[in-house]
Amino acid sequence: MDAQTFNARVATPTTRLVGALSIVSMAWVVLGGLFITPKDVNQGDAVRIMYVHVPTAWVAYLAFIVTAVASACWLLSRKHSMGFDRVAGASAEVGVIFMAMTLLSGSLWGRITWGSYWAWDPRLTTTAFLLVTYIGYLAVRGLGGSLEQRARRSAVIALLAVLEIPLVHFSVLMWRSLHQKASVLSGDGDIKMDGSMLTTLLVGVIGFTCTFAWLVMHRQRVLAMQDAMQMTQLDVALRERANESDDRVKGLK
Amino acid sequence: MDHLGFIAAVYSVTFAVIAALVVRTVVQGRDLASKVADKDKPWT
Repeated sequence: MDAQTFNARVATPTTRLVGALSIVSMAWVVLGGLFITPKDVNQGDAVRIMYVHVPTAWVAYLAFIVTAVASACWLLSRKHSMGFDRVAGASAEVGVIFMAMTLLSGSLWGRITWGSYWAWDPRLTTTAFLLVTYIGYLAVRGLGGSLEQRARRSAVIALLAVLEIPLVHFSVLMWRSLHQKASVLSGDGDIKMDGSMLTTLLVGVIGFTCTFAWLVMHRQRVLAMQDAMQMTQLDVALRERANESDDRVKGLK
Repeated sequence: MDHLGFIAAVYSVTFAVIAALVVRTVVQGRDLASKVADKDKPWT
């Protein structure tokens, strides 16, 4: 039997680099968002919430798209590598947390700007629906069964759930909405924003994306180790059961 | 700064949640990594 070694490290040079990038850009967002950028002409200081709200919303969308792509890869690949399933699960977990933070920051921004924490507006309602859908996705992942059963049923749900993202994104165009339309990705290329504000927003998007990447890389490793432990425990239980039945047969003889 | 309470709440909650998530992931990862054999950790 091979001698087993136990290396307690989860980080690698890549995750350390991504983590360092996250810390630097997050520090920029705090400094730029709170102290360097000017007030907005219309929103005043409430615009400072946007440097956090927009990147968290972007990361939530990205996370759910990564979940769908990884799920499709699991379904389409011949080997059905569990790595795809674990990336899908890790990404959805991070996405749910970032989506909840988006709703919270949006709610506080809404209280300042609209005078209300919540309105049954198309963008807000579809976003809340998206959050509930992915909480359901995570609940389905937690159901019993083999790793393959978990991967198959959650992949199908992920591919259906991702269809909600265009609905959320275009809800401000399809219906009358209180929520403002896209300022940077408006399509006409005309960005009416101060240079320092735009830079802080873009650094925020990069920083939160790096944080997402770091979290998914680490989290999928944690899931891989949990799966490995589950399989080891299953092997031990099966061996014990086999030994018990052997003992019974010997006892009968 | 106007609406300082709201702005501070957004920044503090967001970064506190991210920090908690990072700490939880690292602690859980180290704990499991000390129990799982290296053959099940292809990144090591």
